[in-house]
Amino acid sequence: MARAARVYRRPGRLTLLLGILVGWLVLYAVLKGTDTISLAPSDVTSLHTRLNDLNTSVGDNRNSNPFFLYFINEIQVGATHFITFLQNLLSQPSGTRPVPVVGWLGVVVIMTVIAGRFGNWRVAVLAAAGFLFLGLQGLWQPSMDTLALTIAAVVICVLIGIPLGVLVAQYRGFERVITPVLDLMQTMPTFVYLLPLTLLFLIGPATGVIAMVIYAMPPVIRLTAHGLQAVSTETVEAGRSLGSTRPQQLAKIMLPMARRTIIIGVNQTIMAALSMVTIAALVAAPGLGQTVLQALESQDVGTAFNAGLAIVVLAVVLDRVTTAASERARATDHARTRLRADPRWRRGADLVALIVTAVAVYLSYTYQLFAAFPDHLAIGGTRLGLDLGTHIESWTSSATSWAQRDLGSITGPIKNGVTYHALNPLQNLLDSSPWWLTFIAIVATAFVLGGRWAALIAATCLGLVVGTGLWQDSMDTLAATLIATVVVVVLGVMFGVWMGRNARADWGIRPFLDALQVMPAFVYLVPFVALFGATRFTGIVAAVLYAAPVAIKIVADGIRGVPAETVEAAGSSGCSTWQVITKVQLPMSVRSLALATNQGLIYVLAMVVVAGLVGGGALGFDVVAGFSQSSLFGKGLAAGAAIVLLGIALDRVTQSAARRAGGHVSHRAT
Amino acid sequence: MTAHVDQGDPTAVSKPDVSAENTRPTVSPGRRDPDVADISVRGLWKVFGTARTATRVPTTPELAAMSRSELRDRTGCLAAVCDLDFDVAPGEVFVVMGLSGSGKSTLVRCLTRLIEPTAGTITIQGEDITRMGDRALRELRRNKVSMVFQHFGLLPHRRVIENVAFGLEIRGMSRAERMRRATEVIELVGLDGYQQSYPEQLSGGMQQRVGLARALAGDPGVMLFDEPFSALDPLIRRDMQQEVIRLHREVGKTMVFITHDLSEALKLGDRILIMRDGRTVQVGTGPELVGAPADDYVRDFVREVPRSQVLTLEWIMREAVPADDMSGRELAPDVVVRDAVRAVLESTAPVKVVRDGRLLGVVGDPEILRVVAGS
Repeated sequence: MARAARVYRRPGRLTLLLGILVGWLVLYAVLKGTDTISLAPSDVTSLHTRLNDLNTSVGDNRNSNPFFLYFINEIQVGATHFITFLQNLLSQPSGTRPVPVVGWLGVVVIMTVIAGRFGNWRVAVLAAAGFLFLGLQGLWQPSMDTLALTIAAVVICVLIGIPLGVLVAQYRGFERVITPVLDLMQTMPTFVYLLPLTLLFLIGPATGVIAMVIYAMPPVIRLTAHGLQAVSTETVEAGRSLGSTRPQQLAKIMLPMARRTIIIGVNQTIMAALSMVTIAALVAAPGLGQTVLQALESQDVGTAFNAGLAIVVLAVVLDRVTTAASERARATDHARTRLRADPRWRRGADLVALIVTAVAVYLSYTYQLFAAFPDHLAIGGTRLGLDLGTHIESWTSSATSWAQRDLGSITGPIKNGVTYHALNPLQNLLDSSPWWLTFIAIVATAFVLGGRWAALIAATCLGLVVGTGLWQDSMDTLAATLIATVVVVVLGVMFGVWMGRNARADWGIRPFLDALQVMPAFVYLVPFVALFGATRFTGIVAAVLYAAPVAIKIVADGIRGVPAETVEAAGSSGCSTWQVITKVQLPMSVRSLALATNQGLIYVLAMVVVAGLVGGGALGFDVVAGFSQSSLFGKGLAAGAAIVLLGIALDRVTQSAARRAGGHVSHRAT
Repeated sequence: MTAHVDQGDPTAVSKPDVSAENTRPTVSPGRRDPDVADISVRGLWKVFGTARTATRVPTTPELAAMSRSELRDRTGCLAAVCDLDFDVAPGEVFVVMGLSGSGKSTLVRCLTRLIEPTAGTITIQGEDITRMGDRALRELRRNKVSMVFQHFGLLPHRRVIENVAFGLEIRGMSRAERMRRATEVIELVGLDGYQQSYPEQLSGGMQQRVGLARALAGDPGVMLFDEPFSALDPLIRRDMQQEVIRLHREVGKTMVFITHDLSEALKLGDRILIMRDGRTVQVGTGPELVGAPADDYVRDFVREVPRSQVLTLEWIMREAVPADDMSGRELAPDVVVRDAVRAVLESTAPVKVVRDGRLLGVVGDPEILRVVAGS
């Protein structure tokens, strides 16, 4: 048999895929509209009702069940107290006072002093300017709410994450256990676990912070462990040879030497937490996220833009300050500043900073002017308006209406072209075919691409999706995801090859990619809602922008990883540039291409779901509806499960396909 | 003990009696009395692999006799150190020499159990360290044995003086006291003026001086050196070797010195242990290795060594015959050949090799020329 198989050449993978597609199309033409599983937005299945009942029974029993009474409720109450404490400090009226304990002047000075003390004077100026800008935007209070939530989440992450990182670094077994958990925490669309969390922790800021913690904790764990493991073994040995105990080794050698990496971990954790504030707003977490969300829902682009800008400003300030702090933690820098920073001089500067801070905090505690950010200044008889925010809002609104009116001739055809010629046909094929036909076609495709295991996983996941009762919505989400991923991969290859071959292009483009990655997910949506309205297409564009930087970077690194000598050899044998790219560089970076596709899919899925909020419909909408209407809670929960199932299927199939293509895809490395 | 190291002293020829004070035994034994030895190693094994198989290797004669590659094929274990025995006398510089992979770095780490030995006993200053608990072992490392590392192992976030004082800090010494002691040691290794620098501001040689100072700070009886100078460039390396010789003369510690460089071994070592694939090939003084290599492996090693600088007269003398002119000068048996060349060639009569007034043999022109000509 084996010999026979060798004689008859098996048909190529591409032929097989084409065959599947043609067969599917033919059957679709005949069977269209039969055996579909559709569900109107307000309809529910019996599964959804049962989940609703679960929700009700949890709600009824949460004060009698010991698991809730002594564990879940404790966490919920603890987190709520912590957040309330920070809010009283920074943002909300505290006790009998109409204003928080520390007013805007105090916060600005504290942030500036911290930035200067642990970073440098440049980031201190940036921090001062950034925070004053938040006030000028008219968003002081929501900004401080967001800051309070972020601080709460980051403090919890650091308190739990650093000890866990230490454990990971010390015990191999623990590392093996925790790595898949961290992978899951980072790859699961954040959107999905909000609803189950509300089941446990109710709707409110506590759930918001817990969701932020889940998403933001992995970087600090990973980087703490990485930093500790990277400490040279000889230095640790030197410590041991001098007779140090294990705690001494940790405290005096390993942690100080890993300090810089740990701070980078904290930086990434802060960024991740901040990127969750808008999503946390879905469960009534206060702050800028609320502002953005409400504005998006009412299509008020001006307000959404203003608040989105505030999130970006906050992100930039916190990112720069912590980056500067990590740079400073490097021993070299330590050495360089040695002569400048005489210890006595330094202590003097610290003392001055402390006094200035104390005075500022006192002023902001005592005087209304320094407590609540004023919207105007009256100096003598002149009135100086400080409400930059309303200007930003009106500028944006007029820019939006201009864009909608005058750019419609450009954006309209693009939107319609993609919608009518790609999205609609694919969506129809997926959701108007009999469900079993789509099911078979997808599983067959998974088999051709990834082999038996991939097909089995795809079949299992799709089977469970059928069970959620949300087949049609799932297929609509899948269609949007696939189209966005194709665009992401095309962009990834184009820009990746360019950047990989050209150092100057890399130098010019990379900062933009970094900026796109730092920006919180929802903020992307704002300008595209302005341009394209609340449509599925907007979701696709936002998803592309969210996922493309990752894909581009991975491809660029892969192209750069091709040995220069191989490229030279190809050139010296007369290859044209095009031939070098297509015959040498791309085939040799097939692993990176596969990884880029895989990561692109995961990122796109996460964002396509978020876009459900602004007209993307499908699963994302189901989840959001679950927050707002208790009768749809069960459906939202099922939609979340469907998203996870789609994610697992897409991830496994692309990973197997990548392995077959000769590369192993590992999960996102921070 | 370091007479043969003081090369380049032209007066040595005219003052043979200085060397004659040395009473080095004709052939130094591989073992000395363990009661006197500072370090005594018996049957030491380190086998890397799964704990169950690894511990079986030393006790199973069949496995213990296998070569390294055979053992790896058979059990998957790597025998880094196989059945080593040696003693180091107080104040001796004992060099362990071997190529990379010979197990020498593992050996030196086993001595203070930075790597846990698989079998065997190690006695340091009368204490069996293989039986020690964690606490006793820490005390040993804090007070009795210190180590200098190849890549220095300094703490980049601490200043030089804090690095040097690190071991004292670990012991719990007060800040003032440890700073005072660290300053002393920094002066001793010639780093005065760099107390407040950070390690990365120093050159490699100076960084290793910091490592040396850190090891000296606790005033240990035994110092271990793990290829301390192989990361340095040749000129700096020579300076550092001189530094170790000087320190040894001033502080008189027992030293175990690991190196892959034969000339370094010959320069520093009172005795040298040559290791290959985890086993001892030969233990002896420099002249013994050069004059009487135990096998082809050692012979190959010492081939390039300038013999006239290493061999002493006792290694090239012949027995006196009645026909010899006995009017020549007298020299001690451990005078290095190079230092005796002029004395032999200038006189017509052969030089008499004499210890304690007893004639051991004679050295004439042919014997000298054979060594000098490198045959």
